[in-house]
Order: sequence, then structure tokens, then C-alpha cells
Amino acid sequence: MHFHLTQEQAAIQDAVRGTLADNWPLDRLHAFADGDQDFDRTSWNALMALGLGDILLPDSGMGLLDAALACEVAGEAAAPGPLIGQLLSVAAVAALGNSDFPLDALVSGEKVATLVHGGSAYVPCARAADYFLVVDRAAGVRLIPAGEGVTIEPLKSTDRSRPVSKVVIADGAGNAIFAASDAMTARLADAALVLVAADALGGAQKVTDMSVAYAKEREQFGQPIGRFQALKHQLAHMALDAEPARALVWYAAYAWDAALPDAPRAAAMAKAHLCDVFVRAARAAVAAHGGIGYTWEYGLNYWFRRAAFDRAWLGSPSEHRARAANLAGW
Amino acid sequence: MDLSYGQAAEAFRAEVRAFLASNWPRAADLRGADLKAFIRDFRAQATDAGYLYRAIPKIYGGSQQPVDVIKAQVIREEFARARAPAEIGGNGMNMTVPTLLEKGTDEQKELFIRKTVAGDYVWGQGYSEPGSGSDLASVRTKGELSADGSKWIINGQKIWTSQGMQSTHMFMLVRTEPDAPKHDGITYLLIDLEQPGITRRPIRQMTGEEGDHTFCEFFFDNAETPVGWQVGERGQGWYVSRTTLKHERASIGSADGLGRQFAKLVELAKDVGRIDEPVIRDKLAQIEGFVLSHRYTSFRLFSCAAAGEDPGPVALMMKLLLTEIGHEMALLSQELIGEHGFVEPSGAGGRGNRGPRGPEKWLDQIMGSLGNSIAGGASNIQRNIIGERGLGLPRDLALSGER
Ligand SMILES: Cc1cc2nc3c(=O)[nH]c(=O)nc-3n(C[C@H](O)[C@H](O)[C@H](O)COP(=O)(O)OP(=O)(O)OC[C@H]3O[C@@H](n4cnc5c(N)ncnc54)[C@H](O)[C@@H]3O)c2cc1C
Repeated sequence: MHFHLTQEQAAIQDAVRGTLADNWPLDRLHAFADGDQDFDRTSWNALMALGLGDILLPDSGMGLLDAALACEVAGEAAAPGPLIGQLLSVAAVAALGNSDFPLDALVSGEKVATLVHGGSAYVPCARAADYFLVVDRAAGVRLIPAGEGVTIEPLKSTDRSRPVSKVVIADGAGNAIFAASDAMTARLADAALVLVAADALGGAQKVTDMSVAYAKEREQFGQPIGRFQALKHQLAHMALDAEPARALVWYAAYAWDAALPDAPRAAAMAKAHLCDVFVRAARAAVAAHGGIGYTWEYGLNYWFRRAAFDRAWLGSPSEHRARAANLAGW
Repeated sequence: MDLSYGQAAEAFRAEVRAFLASNWPRAADLRGADLKAFIRDFRAQATDAGYLYRAIPKIYGGSQQPVDVIKAQVIREEFARARAPAEIGGNGMNMTVPTLLEKGTDEQKELFIRKTVAGDYVWGQGYSEPGSGSDLASVRTKGELSADGSKWIINGQKIWTSQGMQSTHMFMLVRTEPDAPKHDGITYLLIDLEQPGITRRPIRQMTGEEGDHTFCEFFFDNAETPVGWQVGERGQGWYVSRTTLKHERASIGSADGLGRQFAKLVELAKDVGRIDEPVIRDKLAQIEGFVLSHRYTSFRLFSCAAAGEDPGPVALMMKLLLTEIGHEMALLSQELIGEHGFVEPSGAGGRGNRGPRGPEKWLDQIMGSLGNSIAGGASNIQRNIIGERGLGLPRDLALSGER
């Protein structure tokens, strides 16, 4: 029985955290947010140099849990780049066995792959993508090279750390790699939900930590505002919302790795629950900060915006709760 | 991560099952005193086998086993599966015994533990008073030494004592040093409740229950207890009581119980014909997100305990999490029972005589879930604990003064 992080897993998280602290400090995020790119090569290369691309290779000795731990830290740092699409594309191409897709270049991060939610036109990091991994429970999985048959219209994005474009993919573009009936299609769709849940967990934790730190530092009425019980209780509720939900993400990832029968349902529950938690946490964090929280400069809003993205991406919480209800046979 | 308990644990499980198969199935016609005697014997055998009272030394009637949370869990699971009687519950096992093991004298352990384990001694928790609830360190019930220094003479009142009508004994916080700072003037005493100086009175609960099964109040009018029944140093009772509360918190959160209750809520939605409504399905799944968070966090705490690692602040959140989930379930069940809610369930509160019970039986949970937000530390106090001990926020004035 082991249901907490191993030292190695904590070390991976620390490595990702340290790399992002060096390569993605707030001033870089600010510059990126006001720029017109949808991808940042420097931080991407630094992240991929850690070997994150290996995680979902079948022989890596790691699994979705480790991928989730990395995505959690990316969420914490509001990292740019299509990490989720990249990791899932590696898993998809590796599962194909011999193919024309450049597995090594995907693993190394040299080639960039982004995830397209079947039926949705909104795609993060589309302009930078070399590949589009379209995962559609009803239509199967396609992996489509950028270029012919793919039109991209950049949008002014709510989430400034993962700008989206409107992407139209022509019928028949690219290769269908897994049919809808192939187990791999549902596996990839489920894995994506778990990784978004992990991103949301990292974001919720981040805004909670920022709020707690601020409450210890900021003084009003001659004392740290964190001594005021009303605020203390708001902060306690933020922690109560996020911290126990961590284990929900762990379980969903573990269930996927172990291919347990309840893995699809656990993924749906995790996505629904954590995306709600993140939205609540981001709202509570702005409120807890006062005026400074409402500014652009302070940066909280990047997580607020990520929360909006995570919630809307791959289906809303209520959509996944409805799926979870069906999957339970209610 | 790995949720299997491992081969050694599964081998142990087989052993426990074999034990239960040969010792537990009781003759179907056992009743009354015979059944009681059978259960008593069964517990004695299970203790000899090392399955019950594992933390308690053999000389005090326990089985004195090395700490092994996985084995303990396997035992709980198998006893529950076989519906075999596990350890006697209640304040005595959860609070008195752990406190005595940690802070009691050999004489006290000898006097109390064996009888508590056997169920002969039933303990009430004498902490709250009419004027002292959350601010427990303000207790005013007075203890004074008798002229010859052999006894504590006690005057005052305790209130909200659960199982008070069944209790034979009480552990209590008593002010013995009126001039000391409030946390340093309290002594932790054990007392026999069967004596002329003590009057007890049941308090009717909001569930409507009255009499034997409610909490009650105790009046102490020159009640006595031997000085040898004082646990820890004189004036140190507050710090002795921290041991007990810790144990109480650990015993409140139960993931399996919560899971079963949630399953019943789903059944209720089916029974009243509303399970197909999207709003109900959404609300159920929303609540289940919290139920599962609680469940998997229990796994996490369990796993940390097995590895001897500190799980961090999440351990402080379990009581409030359970309480909050209980409220959500109460609200949804109240929606689901609809007009059944006009009628009070028979045996309200769940312990009295019961006739047939329909969906209105959820009123027990609807009201009972409120007890959770008060007993064992009110929810605001839990929020303080999470904020201060968990998040490191500056302490509230209410809690200052404690060393
Ligand atoms: C079912 C049940 C069983 C019980 N069993 C026992 C028992 O066996 N033995 C025993 O000794 N006691 C028992 N109690 C009593 C229980 O421990 C107390 O009721 C509890 O500690 C709260 O104290 P109080 O009732 O005096 O409320 P108060 O402390 O007066 O609280 C009233 C309200 O004020 C809030 N409040 C108080 N202080 C603060 C603060 N510092 N910050 C913010 N809010 C605050 C509380 O959260 C609550 O909402 C039981 C209670 C119940 C409901």
C-alpha cells in the first residue's frame, strides 16, 4: 500500500518547479501576456530538457501520475506551452509502434504537439504546433501535421499564458490513428481530463499559497490581516477545498495507470471537481488580496484566467458530472 | 501508488478470515444474556489472537501488538465483512485508555484499563460547562483538596455529556488553581459517577430524543474522588486533555461510513423516483467529488501513517471536511424526501424503538449532521486550527495563553 508521493516523485516536482522559477518568472509571464506569441521556446526547451517527454513512453517506468505531477507544477507556474498535448502525443505515437511520426522529436520537444478537443475549434498554442492531436471520443484520434488542411485564426485569449486560436481542420486532413472503438481513444481522452485536473490543482494551490503569504505580510489596523478571523476562515476554506482534492487527482491518475475499471469515471470526477475548485480558489484569492489582487501587475489574474480556461476546456464540470452519473449507472 | 496492501497483508487477511470462520458464526438462536456472553468470549479470543486492543499491553487486557496500521486495517475490514464485534467503542476506548497509556500511573492503568476494555466501565467526557464550550480552558467547576489531602472535593456543573446516562465514570477538567493563568489552573480527574454528591439529568435533544440516549448534564455537589485518580500533575490538566482530543479527532473521520452514507443517498434518489433528473444527478456527482476527495485523502493519511511520514496540514482538515459534506448531504436529502419530511421518523435520532421507516428516516441525518459541526470542536474552531496550525497564520487572541 502506497498512496502518497515517493521521494523521487517529489524530486521530479521540485526539478520542474525550479526550472520554471528560473525560466518563467513573473516578468517573463508579463511580457508574454502582452506579446503576440502563443509559445515560448526558451521555457519549453528548459522543461523538455528535464525529460518530461519521456514520462508517457511505455517503458519509462513512469505513468500518468508522474505526468500529472508535472502538469500540476506547470499549472502552479502558469507555464506556457502545450505540455498536455505533447505528453499525450508521445503516448499516442508510442502506442502506434512503427509510424512515420517523429517520436524522438516529440519526446525531446523539438517538435511541438497540441491537443484538440474533438468538436471544439479552440486550440492552445496552435501557431507553434507542428502537430495537432485531435481526440474525439465519438470519432477517434487523429494526428495532423500543421500545414495543409489546417487553418489557424489567432484570437485575443482570456488565458494569457496559453493563448488559443480558432483552428479549422479540413475533413480528411492527417491520419486517423485510432478509431473511436479503439480503447486507446478513450484512454487518451481520459488521460487528458486527468492532466487538466492536475493543472487546475496546481493553480488552485498556487493562488491559495499566494493569498496565505499575503495575509501574513499585509497589515491593517496595526496587525497582519491574516489574524482577522473572517479572512483566516476564508483562507482555511480555500485550503480545505484544494488540499483534499489532491488525492482525487492522484487516484484518477493511479486508476488510469493501473487500468482499473473505474478509471474513466475517476477521470471525469477529477476534471469536474478540480476545475470547480480552481475557479472558486481564483475568485477567493482576488477577494482575499483586496485592491492589489484586482490589478494586472500583481499577476493573480493569470491564474484566474487559467481557471477559466481549464474549466471550459475538454468539457465543463457539469458535462463530466453527467458522464460520471451515467458511468455509475445511476 | 499502489492501493493493494501487499502479499504479507493478504496472507494475514487469510489468517484473520480463518479465525473468524471458526470463531464468529454464532448460533442463530442466541439471545439476551447468552448472546452477550458469547460476544464477550469472542472478543477475548480475538484479543488472544492479537486482533483486538492491539495498542494495549497484555497485563491490562490488550493484545500488545507492534504498531502496524495495515494489519489493523485488514482486521477492521475483515471484522466488518463478517459483521463480527470489533473493539468496544466509545469515549473509554477512544479517549480514557489512550490518555492513561500515555499519562496515567501504573495504578490507574491497572484500575481502569482492563475494565474499560471489558465494557464494565463506561466513560463520559466531562469537559463542557454551561459557560465553557469552545473556550474550554475557562472551565469553572471547582476542585479543592480535602483537609487530609487524600481526596478532591468537586463542585460545579458539566453539560452536553454524550452517553451520560450510561456512564459509570467520567474524565473531567476541573479548576484547581483559581489564581493561575487559565490554561495552567486545570487538573484532569477521573471520577466514579455513582455517588451521592452527583446528580445527572438527561437533556432532550433537537431530534426529540429524551431519556437514556441523549446527552445530559451533571451537577457536582461536594462530589469526591481520590487524589490517586488525578491524571498528570496538578494544574497540568489542560495539557493532559490535549492527548484525548487528538485521539477523538483521529476517530471521527471514517471514509467507509461516509461512502456508505453517500450510496444510501443515491438509493434515496432512486426510491423517490428522481434519479433521472439532471439537476439531481449533477448535485449527487458534485457531492461525490467531495466524498471521494475525503476517501482518497484517508488513503493518503493511512499511507503516510504506515510509512511513518507526516502528511502535513491535510490531517487537520478531515473533521471539517466530513462536517461540510454531511451538511451538503443533508440539504440534498431534504430536497429528495420532499413531503416525507412532514413526518417525524419513528425512533427519531436512531436509537429509540423503531417501527417501519421510510424516506423520512433521513431526518436523522439532516439533524444529526449538525451535531458534527458542534461536538468535538465547533467548525469555526476547526477553521482556526486549519488557518493557524495548518497555514501558519497569526494566532487568534482566543487561543493565546496556551503554552
Ligand atoms: C451532540 C453533542 C455531543 C456532545 N458531547 C459532549 C461530551 O460528551 N462531552 C463534552 O464535554 N461536551 C460535549 N459536547 C459539547 C461540545 O463540545 C460543545 O458544544 C462545543 O465545544 C461548543 O461549545 P458551546 O456549545 O459552548 O458553543 P460556543 O463555544 O458558545 O459556540 C457558539 C458559536 O460560537 C462560535 N465560536 C465560539 N468561539 C469562537 C471563536 N473563538 N471563533 C469563532 N467562532 C467561535 C462557535 O463556532 C459556535 O458557532 C457535545 C455537543 C454536542 C452537540
